[in-house]
Amino acid sequence: MNTVISVSGVSKVFNQGRDNRVSALESINLEIDSGEFVSLLGPSGCGKSTLLRLIGDLTSPSTGAVLVNGKSAAQARRGREYGMVFQQATLYDWRTVSRNVQLPLEIMGHSREQREARTQEMLKLVQLESFGRHYPWQLSGGMQQRVAIARALAFQPSILLMDEPFGALDEMTRERMQMELLRIWEQTKNTVVFVTHSIPEAVFLSSRVVVMSARPGRIAGIINIDVPQPRNFETREHPRFFEKITEVRECLRQGETNTHKGPPS
Amino acid sequence: MSQVADLAAPIEQELLPQPGAASRWRDRLRRFLPPAIVFVLALVLWEAVVNIFHIEGFLLPKPSVIAATFIAESSVVFPAGLFTMREAVGGFVLGSLLGIAIALATARWAAVAEGMMPFAIAVNSTPIVALAPIMNQWFGITNPLAKMSIVAVIVFFPVMINTVKGLTQVDAAALELMRSYAATDLAVLLRVRIPNSLPYLFSALKVSSTLSVIGAIVSEYFGGSREALGVYISQQAALFHFGEAWSAIIIACLMGIAFYAILLTLERLIMPWHVSIRATDEE
Amino acid sequence: MTVAQTVELGLDENQRDAQWRLALRRAASFLLILLLLCGVWEGYKALGQATRGKVPFTSLKLPIRPDDKSMPHLWTIGGSLLQPARRGGEDILLVILLKAALFTWREAVMGFVGGSVIGFLLGAIFGRFLLFERSLMPYIVASQTVPLLAIAPMIVIWGGRLNWPAWWSVSIISAYLTFFPVTINTLRGLRSPNLTAVELMRSYAASEMQILLKLRLPAALPYIFTALKVSATASVIGAIVGELPSGIQDGLGRVLLTFSYYYISGPEKLYASIVGAAALGILFAVIVALAERWIVPEGRRLSE
Repeated sequence: MNTVISVSGVSKVFNQGRDNRVSALESINLEIDSGEFVSLLGPSGCGKSTLLRLIGDLTSPSTGAVLVNGKSAAQARRGREYGMVFQQATLYDWRTVSRNVQLPLEIMGHSREQREARTQEMLKLVQLESFGRHYPWQLSGGMQQRVAIARALAFQPSILLMDEPFGALDEMTRERMQMELLRIWEQTKNTVVFVTHSIPEAVFLSSRVVVMSARPGRIAGIINIDVPQPRNFETREHPRFFEKITEVRECLRQGETNTHKGPPS
Repeated sequence: MSQVADLAAPIEQELLPQPGAASRWRDRLRRFLPPAIVFVLALVLWEAVVNIFHIEGFLLPKPSVIAATFIAESSVVFPAGLFTMREAVGGFVLGSLLGIAIALATARWAAVAEGMMPFAIAVNSTPIVALAPIMNQWFGITNPLAKMSIVAVIVFFPVMINTVKGLTQVDAAALELMRSYAATDLAVLLRVRIPNSLPYLFSALKVSSTLSVIGAIVSEYFGGSREALGVYISQQAALFHFGEAWSAIIIACLMGIAFYAILLTLERLIMPWHVSIRATDEE
Repeated sequence: MTVAQTVELGLDENQRDAQWRLALRRAASFLLILLLLCGVWEGYKALGQATRGKVPFTSLKLPIRPDDKSMPHLWTIGGSLLQPARRGGEDILLVILLKAALFTWREAVMGFVGGSVIGFLLGAIFGRFLLFERSLMPYIVASQTVPLLAIAPMIVIWGGRLNWPAWWSVSIISAYLTFFPVTINTLRGLRSPNLTAVELMRSYAASEMQILLKLRLPAALPYIFTALKVSATASVIGAIVGELPSGIQDGLGRVLLTFSYYYISGPEKLYASIVGAAALGILFAVIVALAERWIVPEGRRLSE
């Protein structure tokens, strides 16, 4: 296994040098291997989204460095290695479903035939092939999110960055989407970094869970999820699944108490 | 793995229900019937009031008299309307193109766009029509350009301001997405900012369409070609020929409404996705 | 003082700082643009006079003649304010404009108040009775496509018949322009509370009147003030345009008409009057905006 993403000594301070200065992340070290599914888990304000955005070069660290395949995050972004999925599907109202999926391909200058073939393939992957001509508002929330995933995968990025992608969905749709995502992950062999604040979601999906604590954002612990692969229905009833959930929860609580004991920053 | 596929299938049923044809007709009827009834009632009432109280024709002509005059004068009123409409459309195109161009040029620099705001407010509070004598001096009193430039000034600011709004008030996530693709500024402009600005632009264009017809007519009050509708109205009104004046006013209203309707249609053709269109029945 | 309070104060000062910087930047870019426009004006004149009204290096005529009749110097326009408007007249132009503006403003205020009240009532009725909205709204919208100047003479004649003072007719014309935005925004504002807010009132078994007074009206207030700002300038425009055919001698409309008739003998006076008319419109809008600041709490004001 070779390291794809390496975060070393990273901190992020907002409003540097002002009264309302906030330390969002402090001394973060993290390595993610190729083909891994890693979740960033923690309470709100722990900087998990900020960490994801640092990896995706949507913001830059105050100190430290993020390397992706040995290059800087900015180079990786310019090399189009990231597929991003946000909590909101962020589909463009003025484009049909298939034109939304085509968007990154247009920007990256693929030919028309390539684009259309690729779009069909992607819509099939997320099982929406008959909805290409619909507008986003004609779809349910879960379907919109699947279009967003199709769009993120359309240009075959090696890394998938997902920021609470299922956070706005109801529990039933959410579980369905998790299965869907795992199925796609098994097919595409992407490296996935997944931000969530749901413990079962993180445990069910991930090969590793990075547990974070807040104020300042730190890594409280990294837990290997050795629940058998491939995961399916039965996984959620597997004793190992519950053990891991308990372990993650313990780790979260410890992170919390450490913060409260620690000096005020 | 097949389990997963089975689970995903029922999502398709979550599609929004589409209204049937019958209910769509009922909705239309519900929307258009009340105003139609009011129209007929108002005409009947108007005619009756003028008859019962013996109101003199130069005070308030009867609808029947106006209708008769309208038909008799149509050979004069229609060409006059067309003449003025040409000024209105010319000025509208000039002003909106200029507004869009300036908006595209300044949207990148927020400070410039903000600096323009006080001017927009100032021009908005000015009776722009008062510029008519100056434009007549600049371009010549019978030159359509004199009226077009008035209309252009009226149209320019709302179009510019709204286009800047549409270009700049873009969803932050939509921009981040483009950033994650390492998209160029041009791609962001073409694929996010411009589509995003279209609804804003069209709402300005729609408001401006009726204003431009009014602007053209009112600026003709300060003098203009004898073929123009505004000149015709002010002349007939000065001679107390109110049947003729009202005929011309009706033409003016019809032109304004037609112009608006054309833009509305254009909006629906260009933006089939737009929210205000799918919510038509709510408006 | 607790830690939390210090932090809040710090934030406050930062915000105030940012606001000041924003205001400063806006003012600077406004002045810069103003200067640029003045430069373009005088530059065009200078260039045109140097090339004798031709586009440089061609024999094409410039679209606008650069002479003092078409484009007086900016300082001539400014200076004209301090000179008597008529040969042998006593008052300087500035005084004449101020007097005329005051007169026109009185008409506009009457129109503004009347139009706003009517506009609000229409909006409230439409908000309560859907049938009224459905049957009348199209005509309210259509009413704004009628060229005002065309109906103005008729209103003036009707007023004359009923022995009204002439300026009443002007106020009515002004009200005609004023009421429309108020109607539209009152309706929008009254409808703005979401369903759950209304259902909450229903759960208290509140009467329609209570829902109106405690929920819908407060919710509509910011919308109404946004409309009033538009209406303030509209009422001034309506008053000036209404004066044109009315034969009223004392208002800005007559001043504009007179100076446009005698344009050749003093174009700068017309320019100065137009600036005066604009100033009146802006002043009225600013007054309404100040009233809004006073009545509608910050954070609830609609930004437009």
